[in-house]
Amino acid sequence: MTLPEDALAHLQRVLQTAEPPGDRYTLQEPVGQGGMGTVYRAFDRALGRDVAIKVLRGDVADAEAAVRLEREARILARLEHPGIVPVHDVGVLADGRVFYVMKLVRGRRLQEFARSASRSDVLRVVLRVCETVGFAHAHGVVHRDLKPSNIMVGAFGEVLVLDWGIARVVGIGRAAAGDGAGNGPPPPPVGGLTSVTSAGDAATGPAPDPVTAPGTVLGTPGFMAPEQAQGQPGLADARTDVYGLGAILRAVVAGEPGGQSAPRPLAAIWARALSADPTARYPSAADLGADITRFLDAQPVTAYREPFHERAGRVFRKYETAIILVLTYLAVRLLFLAMRGF
Amino acid sequence: MNKPMLGLVLGGALGALDGLSALASAPEVKPHIMGIVVGSMGKGLVAGILTGVVARKVNNLAIGIAVGIVIAALLALPFALAADPATGKRYFWEIMIPGSIVGLIVGYATQKFGQPVPQRS
Repeated sequence: MTLPEDALAHLQRVLQTAEPPGDRYTLQEPVGQGGMGTVYRAFDRALGRDVAIKVLRGDVADAEAAVRLEREARILARLEHPGIVPVHDVGVLADGRVFYVMKLVRGRRLQEFARSASRSDVLRVVLRVCETVGFAHAHGVVHRDLKPSNIMVGAFGEVLVLDWGIARVVGIGRAAAGDGAGNGPPPPPVGGLTSVTSAGDAATGPAPDPVTAPGTVLGTPGFMAPEQAQGQPGLADARTDVYGLGAILRAVVAGEPGGQSAPRPLAAIWARALSADPTARYPSAADLGADITRFLDAQPVTAYREPFHERAGRVFRKYETAIILVLTYLAVRLLFLAMRGF
Repeated sequence: MNKPMLGLVLGGALGALDGLSALASAPEVKPHIMGIVVGSMGKGLVAGILTGVVARKVNNLAIGIAVGIVIAALLALPFALAADPATGKRYFWEIMIPGSIVGLIVGYATQKFGQPVPQRS
């Protein structure tokens, strides 16, 4: 027996519907779509507020994807930070698909923001992303899919790192995994994230990346580190995200790879972050952020040894007004001296 | 460095240099240079700390510059009006203009580079 076309279409629509069970959430329109899930705007009747619900897409709703989405929710719940969207709830739809409820964020994606913002404003946003990613690293989480479309800039200056769907939980020692009482772990040693190889090592947090087998390539071309592109998920650590941050920096500052118009120190910063050899990159997102801060403060950056004339130019630009004032003073003195001569 | 301290250091240093510059602009005052330098430095110290204190209270570049100029000019005025005891000559603009520029520099620097004093809770 074959179903008529309209009946099939209706069934497909029903399948794509992601109404959560119960009557707490009223699903509204979709507001975004990722590799695994669709994000809907929804209304939380219990608390009288808008929320976002991420639901596993019907066409990828296999066991692996379900595990990933659930892990994403747990990772997000673990990472309490102003730069990470808070998760309110997690559950399973009537058809078995996993969903989670999070804060509804409004804003522009980084690439859109960068089109109308000044370079220093864009750099400050990237700096905030470095801080957020550094926080995740300190809690044993590597994002692995950092790109401009995963960064949201809110109307009030909020900077949020989105889509932790392929994030990897790595070990930073049992103490660093948190004490279960909401107290965060101490910052890890530089580059100190190491892969967890057994679930027991991460008993206090989400399971350690049980779904990424060697040879699996996860990430976005142009933004994923070579070790990711080669399908070596076990090698992913903080420096993998440093590569992604460098790629973001290059993309939003220079627009296109190469970045000919960018200042050399800035280009050197992303060049170091984008080194094919992980050991040549900045050891952590914090170190990358520190170099961006130095650039913003017109200080020398560690990634670039500047020649004398560039250093002189940088110092002049930094103290331009003060130097002009002193020169004015000297000019006045010389003027009086010259007037005495006449 | 906090704003009053920066004003003090900068005012003193620039005041001393300003006094020393008299050697170039009016070599005939050489016998009195020590007194000129000390007087100019003292003037710079007073102008600097006053400008720094104002800068700590008012966090505004334009006001800081204006205050620096006014304080420096007021402190320079008696020296500018006084005649050189040796020659009887006055150096009004030679003292007022550079002195005011020094005030401008101190006013600018204290606002721009001085660290605000942390608020007590």
